[in-house]
Amino acid sequence: MTVALSAKEIATKLEGQFPGSIIESNQNNLVVKSESLLEVATFLKTTPGLDFDYLTSITAVDYYDYFEVVYHLTSIKHNHSLVVKTRCYDRDNPSVPSVVSLWRGADFQEREIYDLMGISFDGHPNLKRIFLWEGFQGHPLRKDYL
Amino acid sequence: MAIKTEPFVINIGPVHPSTHGVFRMRATLDGEVVIDLELVIGYLHRGIEKLAEGRTYTQNIPFTDRLDYLASMSNNLAYVMAVEKLAGISVPERAEYLRVIMAELQRIASHLIGVGAFLNDCGAFMTPFLYMFREREKILDLFEMVCGQRLTYNYMRIGGVSHDIPEEFLPALDKFVRQMPGFIDEYDQLLAENEILLARAKGVGILPKELAINISASGPVLRGSSVKWDIRKADPYSVYDRFQFDIPIGSVGDCYDRYWVKIQEMRQSVRIIKQAMEQLPSGEVLTEVPHLLHPPVGEVYGHIEAPKGELGFYLVSDNSVAPYRFHVRAPTLINLTALRDMMIGWKVADAIIIFGSIDICLAEVDR
Repeated sequence: MTVALSAKEIATKLEGQFPGSIIESNQNNLVVKSESLLEVATFLKTTPGLDFDYLTSITAVDYYDYFEVVYHLTSIKHNHSLVVKTRCYDRDNPSVPSVVSLWRGADFQEREIYDLMGISFDGHPNLKRIFLWEGFQGHPLRKDYL
Repeated sequence: MAIKTEPFVINIGPVHPSTHGVFRMRATLDGEVVIDLELVIGYLHRGIEKLAEGRTYTQNIPFTDRLDYLASMSNNLAYVMAVEKLAGISVPERAEYLRVIMAELQRIASHLIGVGAFLNDCGAFMTPFLYMFREREKILDLFEMVCGQRLTYNYMRIGGVSHDIPEEFLPALDKFVRQMPGFIDEYDQLLAENEILLARAKGVGILPKELAINISASGPVLRGSSVKWDIRKADPYSVYDRFQFDIPIGSVGDCYDRYWVKIQEMRQSVRIIKQAMEQLPSGEVLTEVPHLLHPPVGEVYGHIEAPKGELGFYLVSDNSVAPYRFHVRAPTLINLTALRDMMIGWKVADAIIIFGSIDICLAEVDR
């Protein structure tokens, strides 16, 4: 059985390592400041005992006030999982750091979010639309797109 | 004096028999060797994730049929399980067993197409493909018995399955599980040691273990690269923890391993179906669920081991009758991330086989 690690405990650990990086946390997930995302992700991937070597899925949700990018991480080595989130409040130019340098499986998924939700990923090697054509106006998965 | 050469760009697809749908590979060639590759997808994008936000939870089940249409039962299952997790609905035991039987039959049917199409790409034109269709036909007949459909089943319901099985189903299923191992032996006899298949698939398109994990590959692609990871074992759902079965894994991660894993998984699926038939309890197949279900505010990620990899649904509820967000973790889209690494350095003829060995369904890639 894949054990869902307590996000609260991990958040305490992360807060000790990177002060000010966690916005909030509960039992199921933790929200990281987008500026600290990359160092937190590196920590989660490389720390022995955590070893989140497998990025299951990335997706984004539009909550009007902010966009939330959701990372589902799994460790194949230890068979446990964690949900990490980050937010961006800027509706006109939302951006979060790309994690392609850590998990290459993020490549197409980040492009998908960029295409449909309009969030750009800093440091992505090839950030362009994936499903819709170049020149398409708007980002359909946003709640204000009709 | 050396002859001046320059790289040459060729578009394979979007309409090309080897692309299994509308998919374009923009390959840069040096002579016959692929030196760069760009994937162009989206030709079949229907915006299912957006459409689903405007329909009720139940109305979305038919949409999932239209993701990977070669494995509609598995898509149904993944979605309804995610909704049940979100709303805290329990499922009658008989329905759980029926779900497992359908999901495993679907795995066999999907792998038959996957292997058949792969051999088609290898140059065994249509013969193995039609052998595989012979058995798939029997599975479709079984599905037709339970739900009246042969491709888009819409069989699973939130809280169970739509109908109990008719009385002629179990004898027909019994006949099928007795025949199927013989058919798989037949494929092995014709293919496993086939010199042409070995020459074309062994050592071609290797995906190393570390890269397979890093690239978030799943399903036969991941297991072909000798990673023992199957959601049915790693995170058992439904009643999978009650069955004995093995996870076949490949050795080096070449095209042959991915083919071999699929063949072995069919044997394991037959094993699971046999056990499920023996244990099948009697009783209800559907719990009562409100007609307009509105789950509590929250979010859920539910995943299953679909034939082509880890299929996940991420749902966010705002306590209304429609999901606030409906995201599909499409296994084949993510498996395609590995394609460029696997293909570079191989000739065009090999590139076709490497692509075929991933076994994708464009309806799921593009959604």
